[in-house]
Amino acid sequence: MLANLAFWAFSGVAILSALMVVIARNPVRSVLFLILAFFSAAGLFVLLGAEFLAMLLIVVYVGAVAVLFLFVVMMLDVDFTELKQGFLSYLPLGGLVALILAVELGMIGMTWQASDQAMALRDAAIPEGMTNVEALGLVIYDQYVYFFQAAGLVLLVAMIGAIVLTLRHKPGVRRQSVSAQVGRDRKDAISMHDIKPGQGIGE
Amino acid sequence: MTDFIEQFGVWGGLGMALLQILAFAVVLLISLAFLLLMDRKVWAAVQMRKGPNVVGAFGLLQSFADFFKFVFKEVVIPAGADRSLYLLAPLITLILAFVTWAVVPAAPGWVIADLNVGVLYLFAMSSLGVYGIIIGGWASNSKYPFLGALRSAAQMVSYEVSIGFIIVTVLLFAGSMNLSDITEMQAGGFWNWNVLSFHAWPMPMFLVMIPMAVIFFISALAETNRPPFDLPEAESELVAGYQVEYSSTPYLLFMVGEYLNIVLMCAMTSILFFGGWNDPFGLDVSDWPYMASHAWYFFWFAAKIVFFFFMFAMVKALVPRYRYDQLMRLGWKIFLPISLAAVALVGAAVVYGPQG
Repeated sequence: MLANLAFWAFSGVAILSALMVVIARNPVRSVLFLILAFFSAAGLFVLLGAEFLAMLLIVVYVGAVAVLFLFVVMMLDVDFTELKQGFLSYLPLGGLVALILAVELGMIGMTWQASDQAMALRDAAIPEGMTNVEALGLVIYDQYVYFFQAAGLVLLVAMIGAIVLTLRHKPGVRRQSVSAQVGRDRKDAISMHDIKPGQGIGE
Repeated sequence: MTDFIEQFGVWGGLGMALLQILAFAVVLLISLAFLLLMDRKVWAAVQMRKGPNVVGAFGLLQSFADFFKFVFKEVVIPAGADRSLYLLAPLITLILAFVTWAVVPAAPGWVIADLNVGVLYLFAMSSLGVYGIIIGGWASNSKYPFLGALRSAAQMVSYEVSIGFIIVTVLLFAGSMNLSDITEMQAGGFWNWNVLSFHAWPMPMFLVMIPMAVIFFISALAETNRPPFDLPEAESELVAGYQVEYSSTPYLLFMVGEYLNIVLMCAMTSILFFGGWNDPFGLDVSDWPYMASHAWYFFWFAAKIVFFFFMFAMVKALVPRYRYDQLMRLGWKIFLPISLAAVALVGAAVVYGPQG
């Protein structure tokens, strides 16, 4: 009973907050509702017995990615009246796209057939007597280790590409050299002068 | 909770679970009141002051007096603030700080939720803590809080990365993410604690784990916005950072949440590296009566937390504040590579060592 109650609570909150992401007037609130949707999805994962995935969803998406979203959205200066003005002129086109999508989704839903095996697999997602982490580790690092490494390499290439695209060597920028700062000692930083009264050091 | 439900039925089980949580929270809050006093006393002693000494004997009731002072003051909400988010932010901080304690084992079996992914849960919840700060800073609709929130968010996200890798080194030794398992693995004397890790003998893993413990402690300081990394509330530049506009109870909630996180980080340090509830001599207390042996375990757990809290207080009293770019450099360019290398070393030791 409790599991059912939790399912309805999590899925209800997830759907409502997903809706609010679209309707909320303030973009910061939209992002906060998106975070709530992520969080409820993590709750659903826990109910499915995939607690490792749930925690990863929270650590990666809620703890890091959504923070970056918030960062960007908070610093935007959006004029809402201007945004709302375009609404009516785009309504026919947007409505058409939404209608086509809905029809297509409906067609998929009508012809969907799940095999008996799929249902059985869903019931026993994790082998008996094994934790989530062990089961996932065996699949990723044992069975499909080469694909996993290849995916990692693709990500690495993408990361290097992003850095190369945005790297600029500007001339005349004063950079901090930590080793030079730490290596400075009393001898070359301080010099003693004997200054006569009324003369100054003459600079 | 499922145990309770099997034993007492649905409603009785729920009630028992709630009672258990309530008892844990009350013990936590009362100890927090005295830890707060200890923080101020240590700080005062370093500066050769007396610290709070008026309310109660030796000022023991100072925290309770402060509590009433905060509660009876007026809640001021700035005119341009986003009201609901402004009040939501301190609540998020406080609730997340409490919720995280659910997986912390205080003695064998003395834990609210003995999760299989306990460490990840702790990590996930503490990474959510950044929202309280960032929402509070934004909803205040003022420049200083916003700058403080941005600083804090960048700082917490950066140091989470190195904390994550350091936790992985411990997980590799334990082979489990369950905090009780991690603690039990370190039983049998202080040489078996992860910080010295003689359980991996003849691999000299203490060469790796002692620096890891130190880096974890420093990252914990940064993660909880404690001095010398308290840039989000640097009073000389940002007045008080994200808390500028907060007063009375909302401020109190922020402060309690922050201190709960600090105590949690002390508990994490003691569980991950210093044996949790295990005593340092490897004394066998399994034939003692239940309450006596558990009091013994709990004593060591609490003593370690108090010790690390003392370290936190001393750092606050002794070390000057970091500059922001130095903070970022320390996190990304020094701690991250070192902890990554440590993960590789520990992984190799576990695979090729005596256990593997």
